[in-house]
Amino acid sequence: MSLAVWRVLRRLGVSLITLLGAATLTFFALRLVPVDPAFAILGAGQQQVDISPEVLAVVRQEYHLDEPLIVQYLLYLGRLVRGDLGMSYVQEQPVGQLLAAQAGPTVALALAATLLAIVISLVGGVLTAGRRLPSWISSGLELVLASTPVFWLGFILMLVFAVWLRALPILDSGDLRSLVLPALTLALPAAALLLQVLRQSLDDALEQPFILSARARGLGSLAVTVRHALRHAAVPYLTMHGFSFGALLGGAAITETLFSRPGLGRLLVTSVASQDIPVVIGVVLVGTAVFILVNTLVDLSYGLVDPRVRETGRKEVVA
Amino acid sequence: MSGGVVAEAVAPRATVVRWRGWVRLAADIGTLLCALVLIVFVLAALWPQLLTGQDPLAADRALILSPPSPVHPLGTDEIGRDVLARIIYGARSSLVLGFGAVLISLVFGTVLGLVAGLSNRVISTITLRLTDIGAAFPELVLAILILALFGGGLATATIAIGIAGIPYYVRVVRGETLRVRNSTYIEASRSMGLSRPAVLGRHLLPNAVRPVVVIATIGLGGATLAGAALSFLGLGSPPPTPEWGSMLSNARNFLTLGWWAAVFPGLAITLFVISTTVLGRRLQARLEGRG
Repeated sequence: MSLAVWRVLRRLGVSLITLLGAATLTFFALRLVPVDPAFAILGAGQQQVDISPEVLAVVRQEYHLDEPLIVQYLLYLGRLVRGDLGMSYVQEQPVGQLLAAQAGPTVALALAATLLAIVISLVGGVLTAGRRLPSWISSGLELVLASTPVFWLGFILMLVFAVWLRALPILDSGDLRSLVLPALTLALPAAALLLQVLRQSLDDALEQPFILSARARGLGSLAVTVRHALRHAAVPYLTMHGFSFGALLGGAAITETLFSRPGLGRLLVTSVASQDIPVVIGVVLVGTAVFILVNTLVDLSYGLVDPRVRETGRKEVVA
Repeated sequence: MSGGVVAEAVAPRATVVRWRGWVRLAADIGTLLCALVLIVFVLAALWPQLLTGQDPLAADRALILSPPSPVHPLGTDEIGRDVLARIIYGARSSLVLGFGAVLISLVFGTVLGLVAGLSNRVISTITLRLTDIGAAFPELVLAILILALFGGGLATATIAIGIAGIPYYVRVVRGETLRVRNSTYIEASRSMGLSRPAVLGRHLLPNAVRPVVVIATIGLGGATLAGAALSFLGLGSPPPTPEWGSMLSNARNFLTLGWWAAVFPGLAITLFVISTTVLGRRLQARLEGRG
């Protein structure tokens, strides 16, 4: 028991250090921009903007730009720990408030997409694993879906379901129906990757001796897959979930822009366009923190789903 | 080898053999088609004039969003430019970005991976921790951050995607380096009196880097996708340069009026990515000694 607790704590520690590293990287990246940091924060690194001395003075004070670099860095970290992401000088609001206002739609989109991807990949995996023809058809579809640009897939779905069939709204109208197309757009490429990994490991699992013994006891092939092979295939499948969640975050920026939905991704894109650097860094840090959290949870779940990991503490299970 | 037992129990041997022949033939034809697609795209990037007589920038005001016709096989866009010509000329930006980004990830990833795999514990740990931090950012989000700080454009987008891809290569090369380093043939060449640099250059490097070629081939598609995504968001190559992602971005507003302006550039991207993926997987199968 205490070993398990120790393992969890250790994993959490690593995650915190990684998060600290990510924050540090963004801090120094801002200092790499070849202009005065105050100008860079105000977005004047790329375009010529007239900035009043008052605003410059405010930025200098907020970021303590007159102090030595190490002091600036520690003060920046101190602010982050308190959840203070700074001010948006374009929108004249605290970044934290802006993010909080946009988080809801993105969380809804990400949850819906994840749920869809899980359902599609699980059903597809169970139905096609160990069967030759369904496997071929499915892997062809997976190849196409994984190779399709997210925004183009969104176009096609829009064309088919909104323009030609008129079954669903194209743009965001606030109700649940307008969530279907964006969620599907995000979910399909993710589901394709998940399905590839799941079927591969289900196929491996179906060749294990314990499957033969389950068959010998008279279990049907579907029951064997669901009851015995699925658990065996869980670890690679979960790993892929952690990986594909990162693509989901990037995909949210594209999907929200494409479907004109509010959300963090759209905020990121518009802030890049208006050179609102504090907001850009805020979204990136929050997105990265969530990505780290998801991967930590994925790592910790290995022990729950696969007793062999619990015993050995190793992720790579030698069959 | 319990797998063989199950397979034989399920299907009679002769059937298995016949299936395999067809599978191999289908795979070979598929590979050939993918290679052809790739050659056409590379040709389009090098000599676009060879493939189309149309000017990708010439706007015909009389033919705004006209559907596919003999003169404009894939139709025209919202200001009357030939979609096919723009796709062909757009191959250059997309391929430069894809190849450039993969090259950046490949070179830096391989060097850092070798450092992590061969140097002492302190340097190796530092390299790996830095890699973990880089990998903690979602790839596209990291690329967007770099573009926000250092400005948009084709060159920055290429570098941004290249940097975002480095951590993955570091991990693979390090893993391979450790595997090769502890293998018996390295031990054998050492004990035969070969110097350290000779072992490194002649035996370790080629074997540790080989799997990276596969990753780079498959990664070419991913990098091109990311580049198109950045252009779609308005962060890639500036207009009016033809580029697949920005073509789609423009066509977005005219979806109901002219689906062809949105559908065909996306089809080009998808075809390119499928080709690189299939060829990469074939390469992988060849290197692993299957097929």
